[in-house]
Amino acid sequence: MTAENKRMGIVVSGSSNKGVEVRLDADTSVEDMVVGRYVTIEGQKRRFFGMITEVLLGVTDLNLTQTPPDTNDPFIAEVLAGTGTFGTLQVMPYLTIGGDIDSAVEGPQPVKTVPSHYSAVKLADDRDIELVFGKEDKERFWIGNPLDMETKLCLNLPELVKRSNGIFGKSGTGKTFLTRMLLIGMLQKSACVNLVFDMHSEYGWAGTSEKGRSVKALKQLFPSKVAVFTLDEENSRNRGVSTDFVVKIGYNEIEPEDMSLLRQTLNLTDAAVEAIYQMRRKFGNEWFIRTSELDDSEETKKLLNRLNIHESTFQNLQRGLNTIKRLPFIQQKTEQNAVHRVIEYLNRGMNVVLEFGRYTDITAYILVANLLTRRIYSQYRDKTEKAMSGAGESPVPLVITIEEAHKFLNHDIAEKTIFGTIAREMRKYNVTLLVIDQRPSGIDEEIMSQMGTKISCLLDNERDMDSVLSGVSGKSELKSVLAKLSAKQQALIFGHAVPMPVAFQPREYGSAESYKSFSDTVNDSEQAKKDIEDLW
Amino acid sequence: MDTEEIQRVGEVIRSATSGFTAQCYELDRFPHLGGLVKTKNIGAQIYGIVFNATTGGIDPGRKPLARGKDEVSEEALYKSSPQISKLLKSEFEALVVGYKEDNKVFQYLPPQPAPIHSFVYLCPTQEVIEFSRSFEFLYTLLNSAVTLPHEELIAAVLRNMSLVQEDKHAFLVSAGKHLATILSGDFNRLRTILERIRQ
Repeated sequence: MTAENKRMGIVVSGSSNKGVEVRLDADTSVEDMVVGRYVTIEGQKRRFFGMITEVLLGVTDLNLTQTPPDTNDPFIAEVLAGTGTFGTLQVMPYLTIGGDIDSAVEGPQPVKTVPSHYSAVKLADDRDIELVFGKEDKERFWIGNPLDMETKLCLNLPELVKRSNGIFGKSGTGKTFLTRMLLIGMLQKSACVNLVFDMHSEYGWAGTSEKGRSVKALKQLFPSKVAVFTLDEENSRNRGVSTDFVVKIGYNEIEPEDMSLLRQTLNLTDAAVEAIYQMRRKFGNEWFIRTSELDDSEETKKLLNRLNIHESTFQNLQRGLNTIKRLPFIQQKTEQNAVHRVIEYLNRGMNVVLEFGRYTDITAYILVANLLTRRIYSQYRDKTEKAMSGAGESPVPLVITIEEAHKFLNHDIAEKTIFGTIAREMRKYNVTLLVIDQRPSGIDEEIMSQMGTKISCLLDNERDMDSVLSGVSGKSELKSVLAKLSAKQQALIFGHAVPMPVAFQPREYGSAESYKSFSDTVNDSEQAKKDIEDLW
Repeated sequence: MDTEEIQRVGEVIRSATSGFTAQCYELDRFPHLGGLVKTKNIGAQIYGIVFNATTGGIDPGRKPLARGKDEVSEEALYKSSPQISKLLKSEFEALVVGYKEDNKVFQYLPPQPAPIHSFVYLCPTQEVIEFSRSFEFLYTLLNSAVTLPHEELIAAVLRNMSLVQEDKHAFLVSAGKHLATILSGDFNRLRTILERIRQ
């Protein structure tokens, strides 16, 4: 017997709701037990898979705590270890598998009962993890290792991208690295295309680690599969990024719906937002430029009077429009329509990363992300509907990655934005979201509850934790796991794509070996070989 | 051990299911407190734990008096009054903790008590080791009606038994753990015992 599968304790009490209590054997050190570790329980008829959610110290007699024995005496301490004083664990069983052949074929099922008294508890070994999460294969992508284990934890990516997903965590906990790795996974295994709104230009060409080291990003690893679009050509050039397209947006492409989303960031009043629609009716496609160019003349006053727009409202609106006009990528006229180009690339199966360069201002981000996504989504919807009626092929599933998601999906505007709609309507139209955020409590509750799979790095704000775990069974148990993740390179994944929640250490990213391991998993096609040659 | 001489320490003069009293053949030649002794009845060997040794007059009505005021030593006292050793007797009580039948040791009370006048022997090392493989007898000791503190008796038994073990420390720890389970609700008693058996 190896140390891994040695019995470490027995079940002494339990409830299907709150999990089971495990009393540790005398020779199992409580200090080796870690919240978030994965254990198996050998019941009489079935095996259970669960996670340690709490580690406690217990005594049989209160006197032991009130008048502790002489701790310098190793003999008394040795006698008391595991008898008078003992460690207990709270374990939440999530899955179970029966002992008969039928159940073995069926695989692990959600748990509806508890193991019987005194069932033996062991640490899960590699085979258990494989049984539950599967092996690395055509669809499953190795995302990391369960806490304190060497086993590969694999995620079924086609299953993952069927729903909208979220990656959360305080800043500096490794969200970006995790996302980059997940994007690579999707690129390889999920038969979907990605559109990444890359606010800080970290996913397209290269990113930096916390230590300031430069790491390769998607395009460097998979040049034939990734296109980098940029809003800021100069910045991209300076960073040595080979871009595929420079995105410019014409005044006439901006629609009132794009503006209403910016209400908060531009400080527009409700009346000003209403006025935009009136202006659109009045000036048609040219509304943006013509409204912003209205001067202080009598004619303008008359017009405002006729439209019943108050002067202060108009000034408020003009200030907002001018803020947008100052964004360098907004132009009078554009040669090529950015939306068309994005869709063209996506249709070819290319993944598009849109870098924002220096325009990390949230106004620019919201405007562009929303503008593009709305158009792309409507095209996807048309295509899907046509496909449903048999008039065409349904489009390749699309995953849109957005950062700072609480700005798009907060309670006030979630109803209005396209991202709110995508998150709610999910995969009907083959478009899903990958939401990255550090303040999940800012995201609308309804949208949080609709997310399929959530991956969370460390969060320490109570409200953030509550919101990430909303709608999850065994919430308080998971919360204690979440709060105890270390600040770096540990995450908890739960939801649709995983059979049970699991805390894990994301796979290494940034070293030459790691790049190679990512490339190695690509199918053995000619193209893949070429990619690797290019790389080395 | 087979080569070890089996030492006879007395003869049963009062017998009950839960214990017996034995008289020593020589004055003040008691087995140790907490020692494991054995006696026989038909077909079984009965094990007892020595717990109470006394010496007093044969006639309960006649109390011993101090006689050595003018003597230079205790030996001289016995020499000048040789009748003393005939008028006094030494006894010890043993608590029955188990028996052996058909080569199997049981740590609970035997079906029959020890017959009167059966001989009492000290258990040899091998038999102590065999008996102390299980600690069930500690429960019998804890719940017995003995006239001295249970903690003292248990500590003495364990100290005695530990002397013949290969790994003394491991023996005491596992005995301690067994006690900790029995005395799970009474840490103070447990501590009293543990402090008396630690080395």
